[in-house]
Amino acid sequence: MAAPLGTGAFTEETGRDKQAAQPEPGAEPKGKYPGLGLRPGGAEFLMRRLQKGQKYFDSGDYNMAKAKMKNKQLPSAGPDKNLVTGDHIPTPQDLPQRKSSLVTSKLAGVCWNVALPSGGSCILLGHFLRGS
Amino acid sequence: MGGDFWCVFLWHGSNESLPSAEAVMFLKFSLRSVFYGAGGGNDIQWCFSQVKGAVDDDVAEADIISTVEFNHSGELLATGDKGGRVVIFQQEQENKTQSHSRGEYNVYSTFQSHEPEFDYLKSLEIEEKINKIRWLPQKNAAQFLLSTNDKTIKLWKISERDKRPEGYNLKEEDGRYRDPTTVTTLRVPVFRPMDLMVEASPRRIFANAHTYHINSISINSDYETYLSADDLRINLWHLEITDRSFNIVDIKPANMEELTEVITAAEFHPNSCSTFVYSSSKGTIRLCDMRASALCDRHSKLFEEPEDPSNRSFFSEIISSISDVKFSHSGRYMMTRDYLSVKIWDLNMENRPVETYQVHEYLRSKLCSLYENDCIFDKFECCWNGSDSIVMTGSYNNFFRMFDRNTKRDITLEASRENNKPRTVLKPRKVCASGKRKKDEISVDSLDFNKKILHTAWHPKENIIAVATTNNLYIFQDKMN
Repeated sequence: MAAPLGTGAFTEETGRDKQAAQPEPGAEPKGKYPGLGLRPGGAEFLMRRLQKGQKYFDSGDYNMAKAKMKNKQLPSAGPDKNLVTGDHIPTPQDLPQRKSSLVTSKLAGVCWNVALPSGGSCILLGHFLRGS
Repeated sequence: MGGDFWCVFLWHGSNESLPSAEAVMFLKFSLRSVFYGAGGGNDIQWCFSQVKGAVDDDVAEADIISTVEFNHSGELLATGDKGGRVVIFQQEQENKTQSHSRGEYNVYSTFQSHEPEFDYLKSLEIEEKINKIRWLPQKNAAQFLLSTNDKTIKLWKISERDKRPEGYNLKEEDGRYRDPTTVTTLRVPVFRPMDLMVEASPRRIFANAHTYHINSISINSDYETYLSADDLRINLWHLEITDRSFNIVDIKPANMEELTEVITAAEFHPNSCSTFVYSSSKGTIRLCDMRASALCDRHSKLFEEPEDPSNRSFFSEIISSISDVKFSHSGRYMMTRDYLSVKIWDLNMENRPVETYQVHEYLRSKLCSLYENDCIFDKFECCWNGSDSIVMTGSYNNFFRMFDRNTKRDITLEASRENNKPRTVLKPRKVCASGKRKKDEISVDSLDFNKKILHTAWHPKENIIAVATTNNLYIFQDKMN
């Protein structure tokens, strides 16, 4: 059963393509670009794009993966941390450090940040900044 | 310099009386234009004006500029960064003594717009990076802008306070309350001037309406509603209502395995309040009319250029992905930016753009390495000048490009601290694609792909541009005589 155009993992389709009357347009032999596993525009490729952001350990995903795998050993976090965590368990060493940025932007140069009770902030612009 | 050499040669070869100084200057200038291919609207000469930000090369991630936007009058210039902060600059009033340059932009306000969050349900962290800022037209003394990160849009009010009440009867000047029994006389409190204070306060928070990552916000010409677009959906909001939002486009397939494209940008038409467009990762633009139906899944127009079969490659689809779409001020045209080019579309013609400009065609042979270092996914923005005659976009090596639609000339300039003196005219730059590199040209392999200009903005009325490098904001102006 041929996979519809634009879906499915790249590696599965090359085998089928050799038998098809017309090769899928844009599908290059894997040998030419060995590092590229995913076909651009494919569903898996796009879904990676939707899944932006650091995903942390999720006990729900972990237990689902454990139930699915049963006897097989669960893989630990590989070099690619962007995949759904269900099958990959990140360890504390793999997590990047989260930095807070509650300092004034360097674009603003020197000014004083004052917190307002309404949740906003204001800056006091002295004479030397405004130019009187 | 080549231009000067030509000038001298002609002068000596002439048997007629020596040309006047003015004639020589004219000859030099016009030959130089031919030599450099200088373009950009009646030969605008761009000069360095200001640069904001730190000089050091070690860039903290939070300082990476992620959006730049002038307000409707051009008096204010807002920037957003990866650390969730917004900095607003205000143009100085024109100084009569400094008639040869326009007012400088100085810091007006800065605030923390968004903070990092954590989605407990999905175990995902939500970045505080400001994806877009859009200004509301000014209705009263205060200024309003919308800023958004991946998930939440906020309406900020920026207001000035330059007076404060003094002379209360029951309060001391420092705010402590007075014992009423000690009050023997009464006075009328008055407002007295104080040092200007600029306050930013969040007035509305529009949250929890996007499952995927917001890439665009656009304010409607009715000034009451706005749209927000993520990878698969577009929502319509009313600026006064935060607990409800209408979904107007939904391209999520029932089965995610059938996903073929995502939404990359969206914008409302500048004049027609029921019309908007959205672009896709496949290089198409859809124009939708909200009067046609509540859910605009079926487009009214589909803009798509048939692919050039000679340029087909493994990367064709990736580089056709549109990273930005902008209507012209007139509303007649729209501009799209894909990885290698800028295209101008006439809204009346769907089957191909009316103009195509190559930004950095020399990268076409380097797509494999640009895929490996992820640069092929860089999202460049584009912008129009106030009269829709020139369009501008960024490139690598801190280069940015301008295309004059009337003269068909283009120019490449560089945002660099080396051209730091105010009123120094920027020298046009040229990239040598292959073969022998001429003097002053830079070869493709020497380009610094970490120095990318993704965000640029053009003042709505004047020839003032704001160009963001990774962590610095450059302001350039045209040379005033």
